[in-house]
Amino acid sequence: MMMNKNFKQAGLSHEKLDSIALACGREKYTDDFRIDEPLFISFLYSDIASGLIKSINISRAEAADGVKAVLYYGNTPETLHTTAGQGFPEPSPYDCRMFDSKVRFVGDRIAAVAAETKKQADAALKLIDVKIEESEPLFDMEKAMDAGAPLIHTDDEYPAIPVTYKPEINLAAEVLISFGDIEKGLAEADTVIEDSYNMQYASHCATEPHAVAVYFDERGRMVIISATQVPFHVRRIVSMVCGIAIQNIRVIKPRVGGGFGGKQEVFLEQVAALTAWRLRRSVKIVLSRKEVFINARTRHAMRSRIRMGVKKTGEITALEVDDLMNAGAYGPHALTVLSNAGAKVLPLFNKIENLSFTGRSVYTNLPIGGAYRGYGATQGYFALNQHIDAAARYCGIDFLDYVKKWHIKSGETSAVFAALGEGKEGVSQYIKSCGLGDCIDLGAEAIGWAEKRGKKIRSGSKVRGVGAAVCMQGSGIPEIDMASCHIKMNEDGSFNLSTGATDIGTGSDTILAQIAAEAVGTSYDKFIVLSSDTDTTPFDTGAYASSTTYITGNAVKLCALKIRAQLEETAAEILSVEKSDIELSGGTARQILTSKKISYGELCAYRLYTSGQYQIQATQSFVAHESPPPFTAQFAEVEVDLETGELKLLELVAAVDCGLALNPILAEGQVEGAVLNGISYALTEEYLFNSKGRMVNPDYGHYKIFSIADMPKLKTIIVDSFEQTGPYGAKSIGEIALNGPAPAIANAVFDAAGIRLKDTPFTPEKVWKLLRKEV
Amino acid sequence: MNNELNFSFTVNGREKTFCFPPEATLLTVLRDNGYTEVHNGCETGECGSCVVILNGVTVNSCMVLAASAMDGEILTVRALGDVHNPHPIQRAFAESGAVQCGFCTPGQILSAYALLTEKPSPSDEEIKQALDGNICRCTGYKKIIEAVKLSAVRMKGDDDE
Repeated sequence: MMMNKNFKQAGLSHEKLDSIALACGREKYTDDFRIDEPLFISFLYSDIASGLIKSINISRAEAADGVKAVLYYGNTPETLHTTAGQGFPEPSPYDCRMFDSKVRFVGDRIAAVAAETKKQADAALKLIDVKIEESEPLFDMEKAMDAGAPLIHTDDEYPAIPVTYKPEINLAAEVLISFGDIEKGLAEADTVIEDSYNMQYASHCATEPHAVAVYFDERGRMVIISATQVPFHVRRIVSMVCGIAIQNIRVIKPRVGGGFGGKQEVFLEQVAALTAWRLRRSVKIVLSRKEVFINARTRHAMRSRIRMGVKKTGEITALEVDDLMNAGAYGPHALTVLSNAGAKVLPLFNKIENLSFTGRSVYTNLPIGGAYRGYGATQGYFALNQHIDAAARYCGIDFLDYVKKWHIKSGETSAVFAALGEGKEGVSQYIKSCGLGDCIDLGAEAIGWAEKRGKKIRSGSKVRGVGAAVCMQGSGIPEIDMASCHIKMNEDGSFNLSTGATDIGTGSDTILAQIAAEAVGTSYDKFIVLSSDTDTTPFDTGAYASSTTYITGNAVKLCALKIRAQLEETAAEILSVEKSDIELSGGTARQILTSKKISYGELCAYRLYTSGQYQIQATQSFVAHESPPPFTAQFAEVEVDLETGELKLLELVAAVDCGLALNPILAEGQVEGAVLNGISYALTEEYLFNSKGRMVNPDYGHYKIFSIADMPKLKTIIVDSFEQTGPYGAKSIGEIALNGPAPAIANAVFDAAGIRLKDTPFTPEKVWKLLRKEV
Repeated sequence: MNNELNFSFTVNGREKTFCFPPEATLLTVLRDNGYTEVHNGCETGECGSCVVILNGVTVNSCMVLAASAMDGEILTVRALGDVHNPHPIQRAFAESGAVQCGFCTPGQILSAYALLTEKPSPSDEEIKQALDGNICRCTGYKKIIEAVKLSAVRMKGDDDE
């Protein structure tokens, strides 16, 4: 189905607005700004996983060369907060302080030193005398809620919203939903398939490490330049934790070197701001890669246990999902990642009447979990897709035929949408666009499904197989996320578009310009985009939850339509005709009957200087009432060496329905980046901990992420689709593609070798051990 | 107390004298002197964000003692072109969608430049080999390969003229 909407700007692969400047090394990231004589901050991290600080003496450090301040729990605000950059009040528990007298994981911050040079700050760390009374750590999340388990949070931590939170049993969050009767459904089934799946800790590995720079402007206001996905949340959290009025804080987001959820976290800005505020000095914090690994946020490790009752006809009579998520030492996103493992996953197979989801996030003495592209759906789909593969095999139905019969379709809904939201009930919605069927058909053709599935093509000890996975995500958080923008016009027909939306490399500045240009009737390069700066751009919740295209995009579209109305009115006045006699297109107003033309620039100049004077401008806010899911079908072809366990991914095909792709090249880029991250996570990436809870591989040499030489053959297919509630038909694209590779590869390995890979990453050792069991 | 010394280099065609301690890396010296297009991504020589061309060869500047580069010729990505007159490789990266967050891009482009200087028509495998030290987390590399191939075609076209 080809959607020819005659768009002039939406749907074109325009070059990303900042790409030439980036390619020429002219754009600036946080650490590239020259600020006057900054102090440099270094952190002292705990090398003990669990313990109480019995004594801490900072006097030698304070007296050291160049040192201007030493911060620790004794001299910093005790404000409990969450570092999760989410809407307010946050659904994540208030369970952390800037510094604490308790250490909860290897890598927990004990103190910070601010000095004239980084070298001096690092040297002074060694002069801080700390005595920690070690206590028994808790590393095994399965034991976190056992009686007598070590407790991680025993003070006055509390949830900011009314949700289940029981630190007395290490329970950081709980999500329970249930429909129908599971036991009855299981009893009706011809078979019950039961299994457990595990996904591991992972780092975002955004190429730019976390950084913040703080300085004071001419009038003494504090300016925070931050590598963040959430500038407005940064401002609010810094204000709350440090007790500095919002009015005195300006947050600027410059170019950001990737985020993937890792920079949705506010954990450096408050330390830099407090230091700067107290000393009235500029401050810089730039983390090393090692610090990012050990102290920044991670993908939550999750265990997903599924019981599924299946009839020979394929009908699922019951689905019981029991997820246990490792929140780590603190709980940013502990509730919402967990709930998304249900909310973004369960609606895909919407005809299951007996359904229950039990999710628990527990504290352990391991690194802190957080937002990570895919946000729980990655973990949820890893489990579900393998289970569906097993169910289809039991029924003797091809996986793809099975999925096509049972997945959610346009015009349908799922009770899960209304039941599961972000720390509260969700929002009911009916699917208006679902291109999953096309994704399946086109992807199957590209991978050669019909020729390869089940064929176990052998070559010596090597055998090949193909597998698939299907997933959906959302487009922003309905009734919570809010975006806004401002557009004003200049007398040469150009426009300034200001938005709080946060381009962290995704190209959102560009697609927002395309949306605005489509609405106004001009070309996208007439828009000068400014994002984001809490002083000069309006509010936006930020770059997360796959929200910018849909939510900010809708705000921009509505705002630009207001501009269009002003242009129409102005043209009609100048030409002395009715507004309906005016056509706006290509930067020109035309009187339809006479073909008399006026350029947009002339219209603006008329309003600025001549008659009925006003600035052609508009503002708009937008809150979504639904979250239309994008869909993907992904296909993997693998080769398994039955002798050695070596697993080679030969090709991965990702077919995606993101509605109308506003900018196909940028949309493909989102898919390809997410897919490679997903492949890398499935095959090699892994936090390795020693018996003391220390991550032993905090560098790229030992934490293997895919390089260009590792990449398999990749194919991206963007299917024709149109979402009527989206800006010019668009849905989201940022996260979804990460959810497919692990289950697609696992299902392909089963196709090849008959083994179920239930624990990521799929190392040759794990494959080999499973193959040995089979023999 | 102050053990800083003066060293001279040619950076992007201009002779420069910088003052730094003998243990300073080329990465920190370049960044401290305004060449912030050289990015610091890991400081362990594993990500390639800090790649520069030193005497015709790509190096991870975090792994090179600045003092050892004395009298050397250094090229950063700014030597290739600027926004008003970009190099064909810079243009090709932008057009191909090979630039997302852009943090790894200067390193990728310099590795591509070194490759294309030596091998004007590289195969996919040769491209992968030459850029293997440059980690990108945004693009999945596909459009980077396309960009290098497009650059090769364009640069050959330029040579033919």
